Amino acid sequence: MIKVILDISKTHLISKKKQTIIAALGVTFGISMFIVMMGFMTGLNQLLDGLVLNRTPHIQIYNKTDATEIQPVDRFYDLVGNLNYIHSIKPKSRLLRIHNALPVLNELRNNKKVKGATPQATCKVFYLAGSNNLNGIINGIEVNEEIRLFNFKDYIVEGDVNCLLKKKNNTLLGAGIAKKLSLSVGDKLQVMNTDGTIFTLTVGGIFQSGLAEVDDVQSYVNLKMAQQLLVAKGNYISRIHVKLHNIEDAVPMSKLIENLYNIKALDIYSANAQFDTGSDIRTLISYAVSITLLIVAGFGIYNILNMFIYEKMNDIAILKATGFTGKDIMFIFIIQALIIGIIGGILGLGVGYGISVIIDNIPFVTEALPTIKTYPINYDPNFYIGGMTFAIITTFFAGYLPSRKAQKIDPVEIIRGQ
Amino acid sequence: MENILETKSINKYFLEPVKFHVLKNISIQLKNKEFVSIMGKSGCGKSTLLYILSTLDTSYEGELFIDGQKMSNLTRDELAKVRNEKIGFVFQFHYLLPEFTVLKNVMLPALKLGKFDEATIRKNALEKLELLNVADQAYKKASKISGGQKQRVSIARALINNPKIIMGDEPTGNLDSKNAENVFNVLRELSNQHEMSMLIVTHDIDFAKKTDRIIEMGDGLIL
Repeated sequence: MIKVILDISKTHLISKKKQTIIAALGVTFGISMFIVMMGFMTGLNQLLDGLVLNRTPHIQIYNKTDATEIQPVDRFYDLVGNLNYIHSIKPKSRLLRIHNALPVLNELRNNKKVKGATPQATCKVFYLAGSNNLNGIINGIEVNEEIRLFNFKDYIVEGDVNCLLKKKNNTLLGAGIAKKLSLSVGDKLQVMNTDGTIFTLTVGGIFQSGLAEVDDVQSYVNLKMAQQLLVAKGNYISRIHVKLHNIEDAVPMSKLIENLYNIKALDIYSANAQFDTGSDIRTLISYAVSITLLIVAGFGIYNILNMFIYEKMNDIAILKATGFTGKDIMFIFIIQALIIGIIGGILGLGVGYGISVIIDNIPFVTEALPTIKTYPINYDPNFYIGGMTFAIITTFFAGYLPSRKAQKIDPVEIIRGQ
Repeated sequence: MENILETKSINKYFLEPVKFHVLKNISIQLKNKEFVSIMGKSGCGKSTLLYILSTLDTSYEGELFIDGQKMSNLTRDELAKVRNEKIGFVFQFHYLLPEFTVLKNVMLPALKLGKFDEATIRKNALEKLELLNVADQAYKKASKISGGQKQRVSIARALINNPKIIMGDEPTGNLDSKNAENVFNVLRELSNQHEMSMLIVTHDIDFAKKTDRIIEMGDGLIL
């Protein structure tokens, strides 16, 4: 029975090649746009996510600089009935370095939830260039851990990232400063610390983060070298960056660290609140546009099938007169819709994939993203499965409504009308 | 002889544009192997009666029996099955499916019935086409053959499930006298040899005279 219905549907579709192709192309267009939009949008999102998530520490630990919450006057006049006002509270004077940094670092590294923790020592310097003194910041880092945890290597556009380990006074210079001071790999550079002592560093590499304000001031040296610039001991650490195994743990973990060590711990969500929102909205927009396209394609199919049925009134009457039931007739037209949907859908997947590959190969060079060479595309198979499912569902409904009409056609009226 | 088709006081009204009593107390019987024609002027209700008898039209009062089975309370799907199995239809305007081959047109009702496999049905369909002298057209598209050939193909289609009754709505109305005679001869032969009853609505007095019995209608009544 199914074979007969399939056969009739097939004959109908083949005899109306043009309309069939146009209807199928409508679906193809909808599905391929869906695939391309989703692939491109989520590819972009993943890229931006990657930029932030891979390079940003899940928790940043540094010293508080805020005012003491409970002022001495509150302790003294603690009783009900007193309302204490203090004007112009100044922050408490604190150490720039983290108190007891090495034990804290060790304890963090031994925590099961922590993938890794890196110490940093930040010092303010002047880059000396002839008679000019340029403001700058030099960060002392443990370069291997930075590479492992935060993809530090991606930033290095020239030279060797491991130069910091080879010689103590090697530095990775920000691209902006390098340009300003016309320095390249191998050149010497003089810096002056806040005490006025002058150090000579060798440029071992150039790094570019993509943020001009960072690249214009910041350079990296080995942690030990930074401590020497600061005239400090081996326990001078001004920041600790933590990467967790699971980013979801960032908020509770940062609370725990704040409570344990009386220190400021900033989680990634608070640091990048605007970021999540942007990503969600982009995804939402691409879904909305794609689904609109598919629904438009659905209306096209609805229209064409309606026309089919109008043209096929006679055939429907004959089929009914010779013993086909209303349900058989309905299936004939639903199957036609589904065939259009499936053919159009499969073509759409192919075309969508093709366009994605083309986009994936278009060069996309930007200063901000030194590691990206072409436009990002996400080839998630779920989009392909979802697109196909949606194609079948829309075409089913686009076919179902006219088919019900066909089911109800009274053959007597048609035969009489001749 | 047993009645293959019987009606008991069938009444039918048209509701639009105004209520109109089309069929008034129609009670007829059709015996096995009988070749009956229904005659009457245009608008006397003979086609309407035929649609009721063929189970296509279900909005009427009264009772209809086909092959001893009461039709009046069956669902549309059950009626479709009855039509498929027991009734063969020949229309005035040939009514073939234009996109399908002649052979496929003949095969479709049998494929729907599903009693035989496709190869057997194909063989039967070719036999029926042979019987009607149009076997050479079998693989042409139905839209590509002449009017007389179309009418014979539609008779072949009516025969494919070996029905009990063949009903015709002016099957010769659209044909020249030579073709009309041809069609009559075919029907006559079938009724004699294959034990089929014929119920043919016609205008053609020459055609009607050659049938076993004429039921004459006027103004919704059997005269």
